Amino acid sequence: MSLPDRNGHFGIFGGRFVPETLMPALEELTLEYEKARQDPAFQEELRYYLKHYAGRPSPLYYAERLTRRLGGAKIYLKREDLNHTGSHKINNTLGQALLARRMGKRRLIAETGAGQHGVATATVAAMFGMSCDVYMGEEDIRRQRLNVYRMRLLGARVVPVAAGSGTLKDAMNEAIRDWVTNVETTHYLLGSVGGPHPYPMMVRDFQSVIGEEVKEQIMEMEGRLPDCLVACVGGGSNAMGIFYPFLNDPVGLFGAEAAGRGLETGLHAATLTAGRIGVLHGALSYLLQDEHGQVLTAHSVSAGLDYPGVGPEHSYLKETGRASYTAITDGEALDAFKLLSETEGIIPALESAHAVALAAKLAPEMGAEQIMVINLSGRGDKDVPEVSRILGVD
Amino acid sequence: MSRKFPGSWGWIRMNRIDSMFQRLRRKGEKGLITFITACDPDPDVTERLVPAMERAGADLIELGVPFSDPMADGPVIQRASQRALERGTTLPEILALVKRLRTRTEIPLVLMSYYNPVLQYGLGAFAAEAAAAGVDGLIVPDLPVEESGPLLEETAKHGLDLIPFAAPTSTPERLDRTAEVARGFIYCVSLTGVTGMRRELPPHVEEFITRVRKHCAQPLAIGFGISNPEQAARMAGLGDAVIVGSAIVNLVEQYQADPDLLVEKVGGLVRQIKEAITLSSSIRTIGQPTT
Repeated sequence: MSLPDRNGHFGIFGGRFVPETLMPALEELTLEYEKARQDPAFQEELRYYLKHYAGRPSPLYYAERLTRRLGGAKIYLKREDLNHTGSHKINNTLGQALLARRMGKRRLIAETGAGQHGVATATVAAMFGMSCDVYMGEEDIRRQRLNVYRMRLLGARVVPVAAGSGTLKDAMNEAIRDWVTNVETTHYLLGSVGGPHPYPMMVRDFQSVIGEEVKEQIMEMEGRLPDCLVACVGGGSNAMGIFYPFLNDPVGLFGAEAAGRGLETGLHAATLTAGRIGVLHGALSYLLQDEHGQVLTAHSVSAGLDYPGVGPEHSYLKETGRASYTAITDGEALDAFKLLSETEGIIPALESAHAVALAAKLAPEMGAEQIMVINLSGRGDKDVPEVSRILGVD
Repeated sequence: MSRKFPGSWGWIRMNRIDSMFQRLRRKGEKGLITFITACDPDPDVTERLVPAMERAGADLIELGVPFSDPMADGPVIQRASQRALERGTTLPEILALVKRLRTRTEIPLVLMSYYNPVLQYGLGAFAAEAAAAGVDGLIVPDLPVEESGPLLEETAKHGLDLIPFAAPTSTPERLDRTAEVARGFIYCVSLTGVTGMRRELPPHVEEFITRVRKHCAQPLAIGFGISNPEQAARMAGLGDAVIVGSAIVNLVEQYQADPDLLVEKVGGLVRQIKEAITLSSSIRTIGQPTT
């Protein structure tokens, strides 16, 4: 049976926990998305933009020097960092912007953490001539200045959110409040596989192009499927995108969450590793929360992973044992950031560096005949100022 | 249509919310529902505000359970939640507060909580303990009808009303489903938006309430953006009750340093609003042929 069910449930996870005001909009969105999905003209147009605008397919690159350095599995990198706007986020924003246009919505709103989704939303808004407001936490605005400037350059309004910890969770609260207010004219272009149904399904589908390409590319290059896939998980969209086409194949699925300063410090964003089941932002899923159900502030050096929730399908994959999730500390991610830069000449996003760090743990345990694919979800230019601040520049 | 539930001691009693609406209907009056965040800024103030609002004319009181991520609330109630959480407010503490209030008042008390605190408490345990403490109903802004099954099962067992929402965007099909499960009353959201004070009343409210009325026989309480006596009086004419929240919580914020003055100010606003509602109901009653 394909998941989610018609009410958006993945087992017990998912669903729609939102104010009544939004329910009709979610029903309409689900219906319109279903129609678009079956409409060859829509699919054709999406394919056109993915190819000629975003630059797909992204390369699958054999990381020979990284492979040699780690001394184990043969490592490939899925180069989502080479997409237009610098991350996998454009796959989803193109899909949803086309859908919004079909639905006659001329205004886009989005939440953003690292700013990658914000930039990708501002980009499609500019191209399709739509207005765009991006909600971003004040702490994230501070550590992702470059992306804030990019969004403004693209004509979007960046709305600072001071509430709470000033990070992704708070930006999402504010985006939802905007949507409740302007639901009739506005499309909420949610950036991850979280939120109420149909977002976890729809964003997964738009991101599945990653896994579908990997399948094709690896068959061409190796004549067989990989042994495992490794991806970072904040909300989890790049991971779902690469995992999903492989769910029914004998391929190991490994997610890297952010352990921040260490699970024992409580300063982390390892929702699946250290959270409990709860409801936030419209879905039942794993959640970082205290004993009374108050949501905790997440911590990660990577703004894109700094989120106390996670997409419900990841919770389902964890419960069923189909995927496994490991927490990677800030320090390990920073080491991986340098490792990939030095060995392959590729500066990864701090988010993606978490996947590289997990790969660096797994690969040496594997045989040389085994194949691993890391989803390199984004490029690290945006993180260079923050990393140099933390590590110092000598 | 009166429903009867077994009370916590085994005998049959009439639910406080139903009897309140019946009493109002008999008198041809409209109700006033007031909202404050529980334990904002502390439990003592809440314990004084509830009887003060009752004396000033409130017919039902909603107590907000503070939540870290109140996505349906505007800045005023967000800050109230924050204040209550900063002093360490928890759901068990609020239930204990209701228990204390129940020794002094029979006014219907409804808790308004986002779903997660209730879910973590345990749906069954929450329904049982809330009913035992003297809570009459529960409003959960992020729990639409589709997801309300498990909680509804537990609240029904304990005679607690789970009060659903109707919004201007609600389709006829959704209003029908809401009518099927609603207990107590239906919370009609006057506008698409979050809670908060607004200068102007939203357009099309009349059309919206008429539409809800066509599908739902339950009493209709209109809330969101009603912040002064004039607005309340106009809205009262459309439904069975009006809900005033942010305007009161705003006073709590403003006078939190002086609890005596705070209680006086809130009492004053509630009294003014109640008078305006009563006046407008009596004018309507005189002006209309009795049905």
